[in-house]
Amino acid sequence: MAAQMTDAHRRFLQALMSNGITEGSEAKKLHQHCCETDKVYYAHDKLDDFISTINSHLQPLFMQIRKGISEDDGRAHYAVVNLAETEVTKMASDYTESELELFRKTMDLIILSENGFASSTDILNLADQLKTKKMKKKEAEQVLKVFVEDKWLSEKNGEYTLHTRCIIEMEQYILSNYQDVARKCNICHSLAIQSQGCESCGIGMHLPCVRKYFRGQTEPRCPECNEFWSCDTPGTKQGVSRMGSQT
Amino acid sequence: MSQRKRSKGLGCSQLLDGEDDSIPTQVERRSQEQLNQKVSELVQFLLVKDQKKIPIKRADILKNIIREYRDAYSEIIRRADRTLQEVFGLQLVEIDAKRHIYVLINNLPCAEGEQLCRDKEKEKMGLLLVILSFIFMKGNSVKDSALWEFLHLLRVYPGKQHSVFGDVRKLVAEEFVRQKATPAAPRPVAPGVPHGVRATLDSPQNTPVHPKTCGEGSPPALCRYLETTAIPLTDPPEFKYQWGPRAEKETSKKDVLNFVAKMQGKDPKFWASQYSEANKATT
Repeated sequence: MAAQMTDAHRRFLQALMSNGITEGSEAKKLHQHCCETDKVYYAHDKLDDFISTINSHLQPLFMQIRKGISEDDGRAHYAVVNLAETEVTKMASDYTESELELFRKTMDLIILSENGFASSTDILNLADQLKTKKMKKKEAEQVLKVFVEDKWLSEKNGEYTLHTRCIIEMEQYILSNYQDVARKCNICHSLAIQSQGCESCGIGMHLPCVRKYFRGQTEPRCPECNEFWSCDTPGTKQGVSRMGSQT
Repeated sequence: MSQRKRSKGLGCSQLLDGEDDSIPTQVERRSQEQLNQKVSELVQFLLVKDQKKIPIKRADILKNIIREYRDAYSEIIRRADRTLQEVFGLQLVEIDAKRHIYVLINNLPCAEGEQLCRDKEKEKMGLLLVILSFIFMKGNSVKDSALWEFLHLLRVYPGKQHSVFGDVRKLVAEEFVRQKATPAAPRPVAPGVPHGVRATLDSPQNTPVHPKTCGEGSPPALCRYLETTAIPLTDPPEFKYQWGPRAEKETSKKDVLNFVAKMQGKDPKFWASQYSEANKATT
């Protein structure tokens, strides 16, 4: 049975919506702040229940507070997502048609890539092939900057991947539209954009999942086919000695 | 024994019972499920518009959401407002009864140290609050020239690009007041959403000054916080600034006076006439 919404729940929800994406420990602090401000009973380990209450009220609106794990550091993040793709959600964005086309093409590159990254050069080369409106490289660079600011993409060393927020919001869409190409992590079964793969059987795993799974093992082996795990596994004894840049 | 056929639904339909061409009542004609769907869509629509601080016109609601459910308009609006209050702590308020324009206001009492605005908005809201305070303290109306003289003291100049606010004259005279009718880029679509792009062009009056996304990000439309009217018989023509309908709804003279008092380290009662005005004003 769903509990009632209190002002604390509403305040929490407003804050999550305004943040776009909220990191786990921030969410915990926010939970405490809201309960204290609105004088609602607070239990520090009841964040999940607190969120469930809100979600039960969001469900009829096709919205949800969803938790996702960052592919970089394995930390939990929360975002409010739209589950329905009606015309209303389509009016939500702040981008023009050509900007969105660039984003979609960038997303294609990222998902189809080996390591979940698309280089800035490759993306900029797409800019003048856009069907909606050709973009100059300088303009495309600025658009990419905005996507990073708005947390749809994240950038590392001139390469772009999908931001945790983007993955949380669009996981279902990506899994259904990139069915044959999108990878799921063998350990946690969520969408994996950045992943390490087994050379023998081809399964993929998130880096944080790899770290956890192979922790302390000298000879990491694939959980599926048991072949020697050939990728660098940071954090394991073997990984430390072989630590170098990933190709 | 006469049997009265009892129809489900509202009272009105019972009067029409037995007639061959009984017309169901407006709400009855739509199933609950269909209505709920419309209410959900409206709630999302309002949240999206509010996130960008764009006041919502009734015409847009009718065109984009209600559509053929026009007859159930007030019911849908009513339920959407109730949902917004219960789930989000927001309220749908009409700030312009003539032109039927709505905003969402926050029902939750503001907590200390809370950051509900995105970063770029925060600074603009700060400037706005300062301007609203100045106007109130000066008797609810100030001349254009007086406002800019005041802002000079804060090193904000109309002719000069400000490092945070950019074109301040535009911000104050246009953005805070009302939107300029400038055609925008076609209505965008959420990234990654399939089925191509569906552009919905708003009518010119409602179209925000759509920023070039390059560089600035998208500043929200903070309009209707200020109102400007021409002062008659002035040559060259002068303007005066007053609080706009949105400022009246979202803040109060009392809050503003407390803000000024806090900034100056004085008791609000120090300003006797403003104090009595602030306490008289009903929100």
